[in-house]
Amino acid sequence: MGDAEPVGLLEKKYSRRSFIKGVIAVGATAASTGYLLGGPLAVGAQSMLGATERLITLNVNGQDRRVDVLPNETLAMTLRYRLNMTGTKLGCDRAECGACTVLIDGVNHYGCSLLTHQVRGRAVTTIEGLENPDTGELSIVQQAVLEEGGFQCAFCAPGFIMSMEAMIRVNPNPTREEAAHALSGNLCRCADYDKILTCAMRAAELARSV
Amino acid sequence: MAEKLIGTDIAPPDLVAKITGRARYSEDFRPDGMVFAKLLLSPMPHCRVRGVDVSRALAMEGVIDILRAEEVPQREGPREACLTDEPHYEGEPVLAVAAVTEEIAATAIEAIDVDFEPLPFVLDPLDSLRPGGPTAYSEGNRFARLPDAEQGDPPAWIDFKWTDTDFVEIDAGRMPNAEPLVEWSKGDVDAAFGGADLIVEDAIVHQSVTHHPMEPRTNMAYWENGKLFAHVSTQSTQRTKAAIAGAVGIDPEDVVLIAEYCGGGFGSKIAGTTVMQIPAILSRKINRPVMLRITRYEENYVGRARPGFQSWVKMAFRSDGKCTGVDLYIVEEGGAYGSGDNGTAGAIADLIYTPQNMRFRAVAMLTNTPPKSAQRGPGGAQIVSMLEPILAKAGRELGIDRLEMRMINAPDPDVVFGPRGTALTSVHAKEALEKGAEIFDWAGKQELSGRREGTKVTGMGVALSPYTAGSIGFDGLILVRPDGKLYVHQGIGNLGTHSISDTARPAAEILGLDWDQVEIVWGDSSRGMPRSAVQAGSQTTHAHTRANHAAATDAARKIRQIAAQSLGGSPNDYVLDNGRVFRRGGGAGMSFAQVAERAIQMGGEYDGHELPGDIHRETVPAAEMLAGEGLMGVAKDNYGRTGSTYTFVAGFALVELDVETGVVDIKEFVGVTDCGTVIHPRSLGAQLFGGCIQGMGMAMTQRWVFDPQYGVSFANRLYTARPPGMLDIPLDMKWDAVGIADPQTPVGAKGIGEPPVGAGAAALTTAIADAMGGRCLCRTPLTPDIILAELEGRDPAFGRLDQHVG
Repeated sequence: MGDAEPVGLLEKKYSRRSFIKGVIAVGATAASTGYLLGGPLAVGAQSMLGATERLITLNVNGQDRRVDVLPNETLAMTLRYRLNMTGTKLGCDRAECGACTVLIDGVNHYGCSLLTHQVRGRAVTTIEGLENPDTGELSIVQQAVLEEGGFQCAFCAPGFIMSMEAMIRVNPNPTREEAAHALSGNLCRCADYDKILTCAMRAAELARSV
Repeated sequence: MAEKLIGTDIAPPDLVAKITGRARYSEDFRPDGMVFAKLLLSPMPHCRVRGVDVSRALAMEGVIDILRAEEVPQREGPREACLTDEPHYEGEPVLAVAAVTEEIAATAIEAIDVDFEPLPFVLDPLDSLRPGGPTAYSEGNRFARLPDAEQGDPPAWIDFKWTDTDFVEIDAGRMPNAEPLVEWSKGDVDAAFGGADLIVEDAIVHQSVTHHPMEPRTNMAYWENGKLFAHVSTQSTQRTKAAIAGAVGIDPEDVVLIAEYCGGGFGSKIAGTTVMQIPAILSRKINRPVMLRITRYEENYVGRARPGFQSWVKMAFRSDGKCTGVDLYIVEEGGAYGSGDNGTAGAIADLIYTPQNMRFRAVAMLTNTPPKSAQRGPGGAQIVSMLEPILAKAGRELGIDRLEMRMINAPDPDVVFGPRGTALTSVHAKEALEKGAEIFDWAGKQELSGRREGTKVTGMGVALSPYTAGSIGFDGLILVRPDGKLYVHQGIGNLGTHSISDTARPAAEILGLDWDQVEIVWGDSSRGMPRSAVQAGSQTTHAHTRANHAAATDAARKIRQIAAQSLGGSPNDYVLDNGRVFRRGGGAGMSFAQVAERAIQMGGEYDGHELPGDIHRETVPAAEMLAGEGLMGVAKDNYGRTGSTYTFVAGFALVELDVETGVVDIKEFVGVTDCGTVIHPRSLGAQLFGGCIQGMGMAMTQRWVFDPQYGVSFANRLYTARPPGMLDIPLDMKWDAVGIADPQTPVGAKGIGEPPVGAGAAALTTAIADAMGGRCLCRTPLTPDIILAELEGRDPAFGRLDQHVG
C-alpha cells in the first residue's frame, strides 16, 4: 500500500494508511470482551469462558436464596437472569443511569456495578421486596408515586423508587433541592423529573406521618 | 351522573405494575429453552467483510449457531438490513451468534476472525458535496431516479456534487447559490429583501442527537405452530405487527406481537425496528426462543439519531419588527440510510415567522454516521432552536422587545404556510405567548436581562414551537361484555404518554360509565386490535379520541336500539348513565350486562357478526375474532376536518451563565401550550416538561463527536453525551394550557408529544444569547467549552460549519 494513498478528498482526514493504523490503535479489529457489557474499554480483558460458578447464598428481600454465580457476575445480572427478578432494570450496564438501583443494607447502590459475590451476607432489597409480604400493601414510596401519578415509560421507575426508599431513611424531611440531590444518580429519559420530585416529597411526607 | 373523565387526573391502569416491578418489558420474558444472541458490530464507519472465520466460535461449548447477512432480507440501494457484509457506519451489525448464555455468545464473538477491508468514508455532508469529496457508499452519495429517467425506471446511484464556486461562498460563511435537491418558494423573496429595513444573515449548525430511550431496543422471539411470537420494544403495536411481518416475509396474521410496555422511544421505535428482525429470523433458524439484549453501548449505534443541520438563513424585517422574508438553505446529515427532516423545518419556519415571502432549499446527504430517524419534533425542533435567536437578534437591532417581536410574527388562526399552502384547524399561539409571559412575568423580569453578579450573567429567552398534532381516519373497537364493563381495544402503543388509557375516556363518557367500569385492552395482538395510528407524530391523542368517540357513538346507538326493542318506545327516549340504559325521566331500564347478553342473542351488527363496510381491512380480523362476545361498537373516524392539526408551545427560560466556566444554569422555565381540550392535566404537564427538558439536553449537553481521521465516535455513552439529569433542570418549572377546544375534532384535543422539544431548546438558546449580550453562537450543542471559547475570543478549533463538535 502506497504512502498516503488518498481515499477521500481531505487527505489528512481520510487517508487509507492512517485509517488502518488508527483501527489497529483503537483495537477495533473484530470485537472484544466489550461485546458483553459494551465499549472498547475492555480490550485485553480475559474471557470468562471456563470460569467456575460457585453456589452461594444471597439474602434477597428477606429470603435466603441459593444461587450459582460466576466470579465476574454483577448483582443486576444475578437478580434478572438467575433469580428471575426482572423488576430491576438494565439501562446502561455501567453506572450511568441508575435503572438497576437496589438497596444493600438499606443503602442505594447500582446493581450493575456490584459483583454478586460482594453482597454475600448483606441484605439486598429490590423493587419486588417493597410491598408488605403479608398484606400486599404498597410501600410508602410506592403509595406516594401512585397518588402523584409518577413516571411515564417507567423503565427508570424501579431504580428511582429504590433511591427514594433510601432517601426517606436518611432524610425524611428533605427540601425539594435535597430530594433532587438524593435522586440525581438516576436518569429519566422521559425527563419526568418535576413529577418524580413531587412523588419523592410526598413519600417523605407520608414517611413522617407514620 | 357518571363522573366527568375528560380534564381530570386519573392514573393510568398500568401504574401499579410499573412501580412494583411487575410490568414486563421485552427483556423480562423467559420462555423455556431461551438462548441469547449477541451482535458483532462494525469497528469502522465504512468497510467490506472480505472473509469470516467462525470455526473457533462454533467449536465452543454452548454456542448454537451463527446468523450471517446472506440469511436476512437485503435490498438494493441505501436500505438498511439487519445484518450486512458492507457496514456503512461504525457499530452496524455484521453477524449474530446464538449461545446458551450471553457470556458464551459474547466470548464467541471475540473468537470470530473477520477480515474487514476499510473503505473511504464521510461524516460531514458538506465534505461529500465538495468537488472530489468522498461518498458514503462506494457507488455514490445519492440513490435516486436520474433527471432524464423514463417513467418506471429504477433509481440509480449518483455522485452529487456542488461546484468550487459554491464552496468559495461557503468557506467565506455566505449562503451558496448551490443546486438544491428540494426547493420551493412563495411570494416575492427578492422584493422582500430589497425593501427590507433590516436583514439578518447567519450560518447555523444544529447537531445530531441520539434518542437514547431508557430501555434499549431489546427484543425476544420464538416460533410456535408456524406463528411468530415477538416480544418487542416498540412505540406502536398494531402497526408494528404489520411491519415485522413484512420484514420477515410472513402474513401479519401469523404474528403474535406482545409489547405491553415500552421504555421510551422518542421516534426511534415508531413501528418495526431493524434489530427486531434478528431474533425473529435467528429463532426460526435454530428453533429456540432467542433473546437479543441490546446494551447501552450498542443502542448508541443502532438506536437512531436526530439528523443534524448545517444551514444558512437570511431574514428580512420591517422597522416595526415584522418579518417579511425568509431565505433558508439546509444541508441535512442523512446518516447511513438517509433522512428527511428538512421539509418540516422549512414549513415550520414559514409558520412561526409568517414572512409571506420565502424561499426554501435543501440537500440531504448520506453519511457514514449512525442511522437517522424522526426524533420528537423532527425538523421542527431543530429549526425553532436555530432561528429563534435570530429573531431575538433582529429585535435587539430594531429596539423592539423580544416578546413583542415574537407576538408580531406569530401566526393567527387564518395562517396559510409551507409549499402546499397548509391551513390549520385551530391556532392560539398568541394566547399561549401571552399566558406564558404573564406566568413568567416577562415584563417584570426585563431588568434582570444582562445583569451580572459575580461571574454570573442572567439571560432570558422566549420561543414559540409548533408541530403537527393529529391525524384522522382510524378505527375504534370497543365491547360491552356480559360483565357490564366496557372493554376498549387499543392498537396504539404504551410508551409512557398515558394515551393508551386517556384516549379511551371519550368512549366511557359517551356511554355514561365511571372509570372503574372501563378495561383497557392493549399490548397483545392476539387480543384484537383495530387499525391504529403509529404512536408517533403527536397523532395519537387526536386520532384515537376520535376513533374511540366514533366506536362509542356506534355502541350507544346500538344500546338504545336494544333498549327500545326490549322495553318499547323509540331509541331516542333512552339515556345512558352509570352502566344502565333507561327511559328519560325515569321508568324501565336495562343494565349494560343485560344489554350485552341481549346483543349476543340478537347477533348481526349488535355483537359484531356484521361489520361496517368502511372499516380498515386490518380491523376486520380483530372484530371477527371478538364477534359474539358482547355488544360491539366498531367504527371508522369519519368526522373529517379541513386543514392540518398543529399544537403550539410557548417557552420562557431564565438562565445564569457563568462567564468564567461557560456553564449555564437554567433557573426558571415556563411552558404554555395550545393543544386544545386538556384530557389529563397531570400527564399533559409531564409531557410538556419532559419534551422541553429533552430540548434543553439537545441544545446543551448531548452530542456526537467523531474522530475525523478514523470516523469512530468518542461520545458513545451516556456519560460522554449526557442527557439532562435531575440537577440539570430548574427546580422552578411551571406549565399551563390555553385550553381552547379545537373545533374540528369532537373531543377538542390535539396532541402534545413533539412541540415542547423546540420550545425548551429555543427558550434556552435565546436565553443564552441574551446572557451573551445578544451574540448568537448559531450552533448546538452549547457546551461550556464552546461558550467559553466565544466569551474569551479564542479560536474554537473547528470550522464555522463543522458538524459533530461539542
